[in-house]
Amino acid sequence: MAESAALKKSSSPQAAQSTEVAVQMSGVNKWYGQFHVLRDINLSVARGERIVICGPSGSGKSTMIRCINALEEHQQGKIVVDGTELSSDLKNIDKIRSEVGMVFQHFNLFPHKTILENCTLAPIWVRKIPKKEAEATAMHFLEKVKIPEQANKYPGQLSGGQQQRVAIARSLCMKPRIMLFDEPTSALDPEMIKEVLDTMVELAKEGMTMLCVTHEMGFAQAVADRVIFMDQGQIIEQNTPKEFFNNPRNDRTKLFLSQILGH
Amino acid sequence: MTDASFFRKEIIPPSAPPPGLTGPWNWARTNLFPGPISSIQTVVFGALAIWLVVWAFPWFWYSNWTAPNLRTCRELIGDTGGGCFAFFTERWHQFLFGSTFPATERWRMVLSFVLMLVALAPLLYPMLPRRMTYFSIAFPFLVIWLIWGGTLWLPIMIALGFGLGWLAYRLARPLGNLGASIIAVVVPILWWYFLASEVADQLSQFIGLKLPVIQSRNLGGLAIAVIIGLSGILLSLPLGILLALGRQSNLFILHAVSVGFIEFIRGVPLITILIAAQSVLGYFLPPGTNFDIVLRVIILVTLFSAAYNAETIRGALAALPRGQYEAANSMGMDYWTSQRLIILPQAMKISIPGIVGNFIGLFKDTTLVSIIGIYDLVGLFGPLDASTDWKGIYWEFYFIIAVIFFIICFSMSRYSIWLERRLRTDIR
Repeated sequence: MAESAALKKSSSPQAAQSTEVAVQMSGVNKWYGQFHVLRDINLSVARGERIVICGPSGSGKSTMIRCINALEEHQQGKIVVDGTELSSDLKNIDKIRSEVGMVFQHFNLFPHKTILENCTLAPIWVRKIPKKEAEATAMHFLEKVKIPEQANKYPGQLSGGQQQRVAIARSLCMKPRIMLFDEPTSALDPEMIKEVLDTMVELAKEGMTMLCVTHEMGFAQAVADRVIFMDQGQIIEQNTPKEFFNNPRNDRTKLFLSQILGH
Repeated sequence: MTDASFFRKEIIPPSAPPPGLTGPWNWARTNLFPGPISSIQTVVFGALAIWLVVWAFPWFWYSNWTAPNLRTCRELIGDTGGGCFAFFTERWHQFLFGSTFPATERWRMVLSFVLMLVALAPLLYPMLPRRMTYFSIAFPFLVIWLIWGGTLWLPIMIALGFGLGWLAYRLARPLGNLGASIIAVVVPILWWYFLASEVADQLSQFIGLKLPVIQSRNLGGLAIAVIIGLSGILLSLPLGILLALGRQSNLFILHAVSVGFIEFIRGVPLITILIAAQSVLGYFLPPGTNFDIVLRVIILVTLFSAAYNAETIRGALAALPRGQYEAANSMGMDYWTSQRLIILPQAMKISIPGIVGNFIGLFKDTTLVSIIGIYDLVGLFGPLDASTDWKGIYWEFYFIIAVIFFIICFSMSRYSIWLERRLRTDIR
């Protein structure tokens, strides 16, 4: 934790102004029809904190982070993002979404737009930034994810790993204060996972607040401040990565870890 | 390879395919004569095609284009088997403008047609300068004046109504979105209803800008097909998009109205609606209102085609991955921004073949207006058959109609293929 505090100081000036709590979920419940997907979720994420969320499929981990930018609606409880409480008001939702970047498992780039356009659309139309400035920002972030030379190609011409790095750059162009990653490497070939993880590690080093749903345990050990284990819509266990991997307390966690680390 | 262990020392470089795998001879061998049965089929159908050409050849080669009437025409042709197309030489203007269109005003139709091509070009070909679209916007108002005549001030005043609506919206913006939208609709309607024609009258006293009036019943031929077809196409596309979005909407009323409208239109034949437009509608409109028959037909054809477009577009919307909606939403785009920038461009691309199919159908359906007394291309058969000179012509007349429609519809089809190819972005 001491390390993360040090990183926080070196991060962008924006991060310092606002509250220390980036995301606060209290007593969040969600149902799909009769099915209780999220059960009494209480989670507080500090600014600059990096959290890795893991768990078996269907455990509600994606649903949980998708509640943070209201891609999923929660039916009970309170979610405060960056000092603003999520309500059903559309303006409020759009405002929160523009502050929260999201990277998806299947990249979800816009196939009819070039890489550069993918990165500039939202800044131009949501943030109302002049086109020239948006393009300069986009090129800056494309350089950061190491694919500026692809700027004028279409997503369909890029490899999976490249597409996912564009997706990260696209989110960063909105200058988000929180980044959500929903299994960003699960759809990638083994050879491409590393390039995406490297980009994420880079981002973590700069002090971005990150919530990552991932099964990349190497990544969790390297950058996470906290690892959260979910099952059946509940948070079962959370701890520092060191404690989490070396000394899991819940039986379900032990079983899960033995399954994924077993071979 | 029997050895379980193997490792490559050098990579094999790529080489050209062996001869005989490419080229025209190879194409013929694989496509026309791959085996005995296929070869027989190729020969039989090839012979059939040649026979068909030989059979139809005299009809064109010995055809007559100059005789003054059918009897002379038949005599001149004799028993060569030629067709008699002379009626077309005599009446080509009827095919273009209709049988009762005043000869002195034909230039207006020709000019309208040329201007139409100029106005359509920037809409069809994205590589043309965007400034050309200003003319495309002005074109409908200009062409209404050119075709129907009267004073140019009236279309200008109608156009001004749209401008007033926009202005009202800007000024009423502080009242909130809904209030401003209502005002933006009400202001132009009041303007059109109470003031527009009055002001146009007054202005035309000073500077006339007048053309002789042409009644809708005097329009016909290809012109009426293009007027109805093009208006229907241009109006039904946006309406179809709105209906498709309405049908996808979570708002119950909007959803129900869209579904009800679409299913009603799809369940009723166009011809019944057209006949209703001609007769039944007259009973419901206030007495004395003169609701132009061509305008009625345009409205009905538009509604009809919009319902079909809506279903085509709805299919495309459903085919888009959910991730596209989520990605747009997750960056804070509101509904209309994400529809305009992300969803609709992709959905429209997917629905190009279906929509162009609908448009081709719409254009061919314009021939149905011949039943309600508009002399479109097919309707021209009436006056032709009623004339003493040309009574008895069937094949040649319908052949010419078919050729005209084929040229236009085939062009639309080719355009759609070109557009699809142009919009492809997934080529590696």
